[in-house]
Amino acid sequence: MIRKSLTVLVIDENHIRASIIEAGLREAGHQQVTVIHDVAGIARRIAEIEPDVIVIDLENPNRDMLENMFQLSRVVKRPIAMFVDRSDQASIEAAVEAGVSAYVVDGLRQERVKPILDMAISRFNAFSRMARELEEARSELESRKVIDRAKGILMKSRGLSEDAAYTLLRRTAMNQNRKIAEIAQSLVTAAGLLDPEES
Amino acid sequence: MAAEYRINVGFMPLFDSAILVAAKEIGFALREGIDLTLNRETSWANIRDRIAIGHFDLAHMLGPMPIACNLGLTPLASDTVVPFSLGLGGNCVTVSNAVWAGMAAHGAQPDLDPARAGKALGALIRERANGGGDPLRFAVVHPHSGHNYELRYWLAACGIDPSREIEIVIVPPPFMADALAAGRIDGYCVGEPWNSAAVVAGTGHIATVKAAIWKTSPEKVVGVRKAWAEREPDALSALLRALHHAARWCQDPANRGELAALMAQPAFLGLAPALQMPILSGHLALGGGAELSVGDFFLPFDKAANFPWKSHALWFYTQMVRWGHVAHTPENLAIARDCYRPDLYRSALKPLGVALPGANAKVEGALKAATPVGSAGASLVLGPDGFFDGQIFDPDEIDAYIAGQKLARAEV
Repeated sequence: MIRKSLTVLVIDENHIRASIIEAGLREAGHQQVTVIHDVAGIARRIAEIEPDVIVIDLENPNRDMLENMFQLSRVVKRPIAMFVDRSDQASIEAAVEAGVSAYVVDGLRQERVKPILDMAISRFNAFSRMARELEEARSELESRKVIDRAKGILMKSRGLSEDAAYTLLRRTAMNQNRKIAEIAQSLVTAAGLLDPEES
Repeated sequence: MAAEYRINVGFMPLFDSAILVAAKEIGFALREGIDLTLNRETSWANIRDRIAIGHFDLAHMLGPMPIACNLGLTPLASDTVVPFSLGLGGNCVTVSNAVWAGMAAHGAQPDLDPARAGKALGALIRERANGGGDPLRFAVVHPHSGHNYELRYWLAACGIDPSREIEIVIVPPPFMADALAAGRIDGYCVGEPWNSAAVVAGTGHIATVKAAIWKTSPEKVVGVRKAWAEREPDALSALLRALHHAARWCQDPANRGELAALMAQPAFLGLAPALQMPILSGHLALGGGAELSVGDFFLPFDKAANFPWKSHALWFYTQMVRWGHVAHTPENLAIARDCYRPDLYRSALKPLGVALPGANAKVEGALKAATPVGSAGASLVLGPDGFFDGQIFDPDEIDAYIAGQKLARAEV
């Protein structure tokens, strides 16, 4: 039996995350996917698209407006309800923890929606992980830059080799139970105070 | 002192989260042995979801929201009880400059008088309708909110049918002033500081206030997941004592500067301290240079502001029935009656020997002036608590009140 493919609407202000979800849905065989970043005029869009499933990020402050619209608006022709499968509390928890929620048109079978929600959850989690790793990489790069500057200051003011300057920073960090980057930052700050030319 | 209890709380960036914020930041929670974690949220739907799955034990909620949850009007509803109210008043109805000019042409004055403002708005609405104009669009923060119900009550009492003669939409509080400035809405009912924000921006005019529509009326509450309240009665009692002390601190005029600076921080409201002062002083700039001081504009503590009156919950219930949110049945009435829990408030605060109301409900609108009432061991002042149209809500006469509302609407 060939079933009509589900129409999915993704509402996410984050463009990158929305693309990741969209790609996932298309890979899973959902061809009718629309992405909206801005909720202005959303009632009209929903009337045009007539989505079976709406996926929205929990950070979106317009959830109250959307839920009210799903219940009351004359523009939205088919009743839409939050996807809540009472038999699957774990899946609801996973969705909230991942920061995503889904709404479905009335009467749609749970087993057709669940794979979409599961995909959204895993993509949201992957996006968070990626954002976290990016932040870590950025902060790692910042640390390296400040350590290089601290080494430079030590080499210049104490006449040390690069290796010796690094060893001094590392030993000081170990003795004070702090990170090398923190010691380096303190040194750069202090040097800047003592000699504005250095900073 | 090591914390004995860990409690996770959700809140929305609105001034009436102040008691929760002060409990954490000024140290009242820690003094009761509580490690309080505050989580700022972006929608009431998120608060509801995170309460339901146990991320939050309790949260800052709109007064009618726990009742709506228990009545099953919202998805992911979990049984919620209300042992504490976060204050009385604090909201305004703000309209665009164009609407205010139209109201002024029909007799509105910058005096916040709900009857006069409502009459002028009604005349403006009919004038627009006769000219073939679109209906005015007003925004509130949530369908199950004090804002929605007091806006509708005010309009209906002034002869305006809020379901037909205007459009009511939902907009998140921080977006209200921008939506008004952009012309997407013509007016709104919201808590401070989001009214003063439009006045300061020169894009809005405060037409009337909650404290004039219904004096000393309920607004936000602490909604607690019932399962948690039953499992952790000692933690809940300790928290209610901390909130009591925090509320007293918030009410004290000596702390206004410190409280305004605290709420101004990016983690809470992220708006200039000057914008936090109108709600604390009750001295409002209305727009167009007009200013007015409003008595009992917002009460975080005085006049038993923290007592979860069953009559407040029941009035919200009558409005849910009035506007078609729920059917009036004995079962639904019982659910609404059981949601607010003055017994939990009393048992937590009893050891403090502070003034406690003797009853669980009162006749709303009966007190025409501030009235000292007898209470256990200490003095307590209540009221005035009148509705601007002189109506009385007797929680023992709910059927008659609901029937009377239907008549009032049919006459419109």
